[in-house]
Amino acid sequence: MKLIVNGKTHEVDVEDDMPLLWVLRDELGITGPKYGCGIAQCGACTVHVDGISVRSCQLAAADVDGEITTIEGLGNPLALHAVQEAWMEHQVAQCGYCQSGQIMQAASFLALNPAPTDDQIDAAMSGNLCRCGTYPRIRAAVKTAASRL
Amino acid sequence: MGRIKTIARRSFLVGSAAILGGVAFGTYMYKREVENPLEAGLAPGEVTFNPFVKIDAQGVTLITPRADVGQGAYSIQAHLIAEELDVDLDQVRIEPGPPSAAYYNGVVAAEGMPIAATSDSMMARAGRGASDVLGKLMGLQLTGGSTTVPDMYDRLRLAGAVARETLIAAAAEQTGLPKDQLRTQAGAVVLPDGTALAYTDLSSVAAEIPVVQDVSLRDPSSWRHLGKPHMRTDMLAKSTGTQSYGIDMQMEGMLHATTRTNPALGGGILGFDPGEAEGMRGVKAIVPITGGIAVVADNTWRAFQAAQAVSCDWGPSPYIGDTEDQFAAAAASFTEDAQDSRFKDEGDVVAALEGAADVLEAEYRIPYLAHAPLEPMSAMVLLSADRLDIWTGTQIPRFMQQAAAAIAGLEPDQVHVHALMSGGSFGRRLEDDYVRQAVEIALQLPDVPIKMVWSREEDMTHDFPRPLAVARARGAVSDGAVEAFDLSIAAPSVTASSLARLGQPAMGPDVAIVAGAWDQPFGIPNYRVTGYRVPPMVPVSSWRSVGASGNGFLHESFLDELCHAAAVDPLAERLRLCSHDVSRKVLETVGEMSGWGSDLGPGRGRGIAFTLAFGVPVAQVVEVTDVQGAIRIDKVFVAADVGRVLDPVNFEAQLAGGVIWGLGHAMNCEITYRDGVAEQDNFHAFEGMRLYQTPQIEVRGLENGDKIKGIGEPGVPPAAPALGNAIFAATGQRIRTLPFANHIDFL
Repeated sequence: MKLIVNGKTHEVDVEDDMPLLWVLRDELGITGPKYGCGIAQCGACTVHVDGISVRSCQLAAADVDGEITTIEGLGNPLALHAVQEAWMEHQVAQCGYCQSGQIMQAASFLALNPAPTDDQIDAAMSGNLCRCGTYPRIRAAVKTAASRL
Repeated sequence: MGRIKTIARRSFLVGSAAILGGVAFGTYMYKREVENPLEAGLAPGEVTFNPFVKIDAQGVTLITPRADVGQGAYSIQAHLIAEELDVDLDQVRIEPGPPSAAYYNGVVAAEGMPIAATSDSMMARAGRGASDVLGKLMGLQLTGGSTTVPDMYDRLRLAGAVARETLIAAAAEQTGLPKDQLRTQAGAVVLPDGTALAYTDLSSVAAEIPVVQDVSLRDPSSWRHLGKPHMRTDMLAKSTGTQSYGIDMQMEGMLHATTRTNPALGGGILGFDPGEAEGMRGVKAIVPITGGIAVVADNTWRAFQAAQAVSCDWGPSPYIGDTEDQFAAAAASFTEDAQDSRFKDEGDVVAALEGAADVLEAEYRIPYLAHAPLEPMSAMVLLSADRLDIWTGTQIPRFMQQAAAAIAGLEPDQVHVHALMSGGSFGRRLEDDYVRQAVEIALQLPDVPIKMVWSREEDMTHDFPRPLAVARARGAVSDGAVEAFDLSIAAPSVTASSLARLGQPAMGPDVAIVAGAWDQPFGIPNYRVTGYRVPPMVPVSSWRSVGASGNGFLHESFLDELCHAAAVDPLAERLRLCSHDVSRKVLETVGEMSGWGSDLGPGRGRGIAFTLAFGVPVAQVVEVTDVQGAIRIDKVFVAADVGRVLDPVNFEAQLAGGVIWGLGHAMNCEITYRDGVAEQDNFHAFEGMRLYQTPQIEVRGLENGDKIKGIGEPGVPPAAPALGNAIFAATGQRIRTLPFANHIDFL
């Protein structure tokens, strides 16, 4: 099957039901999306399909209908996305393992709702688990990013 | 800090021999200089000054040997060296270094000794000195117990200063200028005319001259980085998905593996039938390992699928299998035979309780809890005839090296452990079970890189949890004051369980059973804390803040009960009883921050709790609202004193993270067992805290303590009792069994 990831087309030969996460990580070597739970409970695997955040551990590769963006395609160390700039400014990350997913979730959310209320931020970000407890800074960084988008 | 004269070229003696009086063993061995592991592989013209700094073809490299599990250890260690070495951290390489006795932890063993943080007695000092001796003799390279900063504060600054002064001497040698006309800046020695000689260009001269032994540390008033906010060195990588964790390791030709071991802990495997798994796409091998099977495939998901398709014949768990029976075993351990410690016994508790008009009695229970770091356990291994390489995150690289060597039939120095960034740990990576499994797989498939990754289910059901505990508390009050406090705690021994797996003996009582309870700075007239050791059940281990994680709840909830029984304000009574000035200021500060005593309005309440753990007094006030029978946590105020705050930004992150860890697990989490199988196997059943439940958290750091301390763990213990006390204040409901959510709803 064909997958377009971060603007590049890949031909992959995998089972229809292989989750997109494992195609990205093990077939294409794109390791920004993380494995945390495999059942859409933690959000560490969050990527965008046509700009909309999805849990790549629960999306079969064969069911992908659109262009995939991973954190590697959102920005890079030399050209940060506004959400990543805010993440840096607030020094959100601790272990950092969930943050690819948090950032992808926030970027998709803010693209759809650039002026969210506090409650909307809480609702949008509560599907992404952070074991270190970076939530107060996630809230602050989402607000900072929103103010700049 | 005085002049240090014990630093010799290519060796680095740390610790203070002066406080060793009374330690009867190993003086010679202890004083012997430790080898510098960086000497191996140096080329001509390259130089290492001590185990923490080298200059080679790659440039300046700083070694930060304590594991980074998210607490910012790499960054703070690098800043400690850089403050004295005068390098910018974007100019240098930062590496965790190899397993080596040179990186022993000199303070962690003291956490296992019954020494109160507030004590400066001769015994306490001897014990702390013995910790350094023990750490050095064992080559105890271990990250934990919030020891990275206290252990490394002087050592790493000295390492930087020694390197700096030697580079200045090299520049003096090369230019003929006197040393006092030279200064250092941004990785270079600067001459009076402004010419900058890069450290990297001075290395060959530096390699030929004696290391400068006489160095003094800069006064904190002249620090440029420490004590001020700085950007963590890992922040950019972690904000861009470019941080590589153990699970992200990739090698040419590697295979992917996963394991499936008996979910009934310790039950072993009697046999297995690969069945259709063998023919599944991408499967390369299905091999037995201790307690289960491993599947090696060309993709992690295929390995996961095939592992589930293998038919396994499991044995029964040898442990008490059901949680209700585990609690019953704990409750049956309040016997003379099972008494483990009574480090606190002041006044006459028995007489005070017998003479009291009313005795308040209560039983508390705390559950098993999983670490569940978000990165599941994983390791890359490559075994060849005379060499084993391991890439993984670990808090115990030398123990791991020894264990892997024994399994592979190699010498420890043939095992190369490459430490990688961990996606959390919370104590989980003080175990090396996952690496042992990976090595067992490699023995059956040598000469190919194998990345073993656990499924979340395998991870959560094969954790070594924080142990459960049952506590019985009795107390009495009179004339508006707490008069008697008698706390008995029955729990399995974390220390004995963990040390046994490391092949180390555990002697004497286990301080962890009572840590955070026996050692609190309160002068209650009749005050006793007794530990009882529950016989071993499922294997248990250190979980963020270890014994204090639950004992803070036991001590502070019951103290709150006594305050209410005495009709005294819980903060005022703690201040009255507090016998430690540094702790008193922490309590006063949190009172001021929270507006303690002001009216919160109907349906609202605030609770206070205080725990002195890992040498850090921490006080928290939690504010809650009762919203039609459900609790919303509105705000948490935290004050803590670590002696000196090295990075206020990360300090705040660690303390707030500790609060969230403590609250989230107390509210929502427990691990329960049925027939030895953990009943919670993924985050739907064990999620800690999520963002929508997260309160506002206001943090303040104080610097009155006379010793510098770490802050990764101390924020955890007071969170649960402060919440429980707030719930009581708001609703009148006293919850004595965790998790709270089994008794009350949260918004």
